[in-house]
Amino acid sequence: MKAVLRLTICILLFWVHPADCQSKMVKIKGGTYIPLYGRDSLKVTIVDFQMDVYPVTNKEFLEFVKANPKWQRSKVKKLFADKNYLKDWKSDTELGDQQSLKAPITNISWFAAKDYCECQGKRLATIDEWEYVAMSNETIPDARTLKSYNEFILGWYEKPKTFNNEIGSTFKNYWNVYDLHGLVWEWTLDFNSVLVSGESRKDVDNDTNLFCGSAAVGATDLMNYAAFMRYAIRGSLKAKYAMKNLGFRCVRDINE
Amino acid sequence: MTNLIKHIIMILKQDKLKIKLSSFLAYLGLVTVLLTVSCVNTKKKTYENTADIPVNREMVAELTAPPHVPTPVGKRLAKKLIVNMEILEKEGEMTDGVKYVYWTFGGSVPGSFIRTRVGDEVEFTLSNHPDNKLPHNIDLHAVTGPGGGATSSFVAPGHEKTFSFKTLNPGLYVYHCATAPVGMHIANGMYGLILVEPEGGLPPVDKEYYIMQGDFYTKGENGEPGLQAFDMNKAVDEDADYVVFNGSVNALTGDNAITAKVGETVRLFVGNGGPNLTSSFHVIGEIFDNVFVEGGDMINENVQTTSIPAGGAAIVEFRVDVPGTFILVDHAIFRAFNKGALGMLKVEGEDNKTIYSGVVQEGIYNPEGGGVQTMPDDGKAKQTVATTEKTLAEKMESGKQIYMQTCFACHQAEGQGIPNAFPPLAKSDYLNANVDRAIEIVLKGKTGEITVNGEKYNSVMTRQSISNDEIADVLTYVYNSWDNNKTNVTKAMVDRVKSGH
Ligand code: HEC
Ligand SMILES: [Cu+2]
Repeated sequence: MKAVLRLTICILLFWVHPADCQSKMVKIKGGTYIPLYGRDSLKVTIVDFQMDVYPVTNKEFLEFVKANPKWQRSKVKKLFADKNYLKDWKSDTELGDQQSLKAPITNISWFAAKDYCECQGKRLATIDEWEYVAMSNETIPDARTLKSYNEFILGWYEKPKTFNNEIGSTFKNYWNVYDLHGLVWEWTLDFNSVLVSGESRKDVDNDTNLFCGSAAVGATDLMNYAAFMRYAIRGSLKAKYAMKNLGFRCVRDINE
Repeated sequence: MTNLIKHIIMILKQDKLKIKLSSFLAYLGLVTVLLTVSCVNTKKKTYENTADIPVNREMVAELTAPPHVPTPVGKRLAKKLIVNMEILEKEGEMTDGVKYVYWTFGGSVPGSFIRTRVGDEVEFTLSNHPDNKLPHNIDLHAVTGPGGGATSSFVAPGHEKTFSFKTLNPGLYVYHCATAPVGMHIANGMYGLILVEPEGGLPPVDKEYYIMQGDFYTKGENGEPGLQAFDMNKAVDEDADYVVFNGSVNALTGDNAITAKVGETVRLFVGNGGPNLTSSFHVIGEIFDNVFVEGGDMINENVQTTSIPAGGAAIVEFRVDVPGTFILVDHAIFRAFNKGALGMLKVEGEDNKTIYSGVVQEGIYNPEGGGVQTMPDDGKAKQTVATTEKTLAEKMESGKQIYMQTCFACHQAEGQGIPNAFPPLAKSDYLNANVDRAIEIVLKGKTGEITVNGEKYNSVMTRQSISNDEIADVLTYVYNSWDNNKTNVTKAMVDRVKSGH
């Protein structure tokens, strides 16, 4: 009942501020692939869906909290966001001095990200969907075995403070989606469904195809290293956590 | 107690007729003595099982960045020790002009030194700075428990985790990050040392320092300037660009050198973070009086070089008897002279002529192939000696060979030397100013402060055991290379300097 009410309000708001709520999306054509890590190493089939071209920005999230005071820093329930939530903002409705309107919103919890998307009739991407889009480079849909692709990702791990950069500052991928790598981490709907304890040796035991097999460093090792970090960061999260390097974007199902 | 009484009663029964009061009293006395002794024992109890040592009060641990170590535990009782460690991913300098993004425990490589005693209950809080990108954890080799704490310490940026452990075994232990890919976290500097002192502490010494070796793998070759990214391929191939003490090439040289005074005993807590290479830890011109082998209980004496595996440690102790600069190296020597595994211990104090000369004899560091006469092609060398009146070209050729065998290890291939350790011979104002002095240096060695091209050096060059003819050749080669003043040094000049004093 409450949910229905909330949805109605959201839809109302949606109509009131169409410009603020609608960021650009592109169609992702579904397909079948084998994710690097998963509950099992089986093939996953993705159906067609739409994805935001850019991560949600500071400006967009600012509008959102203005319209939804319960997501303002001083009003948010402790259960839904830890003390890092919007930590660098000057007040409930003002960004920090160092924060650009066009930089990705970070320091938000999973609950907040999820609600933001739902408010617009969207949702967060699943890990499998996110990885499916993110495995492309500029030109091909699955670049995971390319050295240059993995080096770009590994290189980002050593670039400090990229959360201050503006959206669109990395590359446009095969699907015309920007910033999946090189800007900030992104929340996914089921971020905690792939269990990575962070204790590497244990993880190796759990998932024998992780690092075993090849002795020499091949493309697959680089690929594993680059991707493993993403799974490790997801594994370290709790839904109420807010982090400076963690933002989000939304996706939408295509109803035919 | 009851057993004793039973025993006495039994004896009384067996002997009931002959028993005398006096012997009964004696037995009582014995009982009392035994009881008193056992009472005293309970008070001064040394715990067979260190897990049973009780803790007394709470204390926040002093953490130090290398090369410093916290105050010794001394006689303090076991305590609840609060350790607050922060993880920082930050840019630092590998060597002049070369930048690297280090991942650190406490902001330094190696991470902060943790000093505990046996029986301490450590409450460890690991916080991951909000600006960091990655989750991390910590595996302390001093911890008895799953993953050495790694499982309970996995922490996302902007968050912290707390866990507790009791230090059960004395020794010097490595801690490191064990987040996958673990090799990358270690290669970026995520390691350090935790010391667990025995009850009553380690014997006091005059100076203590913290040194840890690590190998680094960069996209660019050694020396290539700019911000250098980590190179996974080289790391897997164990093809290190830098092998350094305390995280960077200059961490222990020049103004950063560690110091001591003549007569002091120095204790070094030496670790090796790896990720790949084993250290052949050696101090040029010193013999370790004591080595706590692998950081454990076993003590070895009079050790020249001690092997420290990746993920291992050792405690070395030695008394410094003479002033001068002692060079710390990984004696896998190309790492020292070409990749950065070189540190300095500067010892100040009175020159004691008697001790000094004695020590020079003992402490001569003979770099590989130091004396030509020990080389297998000895015969050929002798033949060359026999020939007189060589042309400049011949001298240059033979001089170059001698240089590469004898001088190269210190003064380097292009005569460029090693900053803060070995002066340059290339375009050296000191060399060009005085030929006789240069000849004397090679003949007799040289110590004390000198200034070469505006840089001060205060080190030891040992006497080079090569013939006068060879000295003439090698110096001719040096003077006629690398922009020097082209002096042609003859054997006669060397002979004159040798006999001239
Ligand atoms: C063990 C390392 C070592 C070796 C081997 C060595 N030197 Fe030196 N050399 C030094 C050090 C250290 C100094 C500076 C001594 C001081 O600080 O007083 C020095 C100083 C000199 C100097 C005077 C300073 C200058 O830069 O002009 C000359 C000349 C020199 N060495 C020549 C040689 C020659 C020629 C050889 C080979 C035959 C040689 N050295 C081998 C370590 C070495
Ligand atoms: Cu780490």
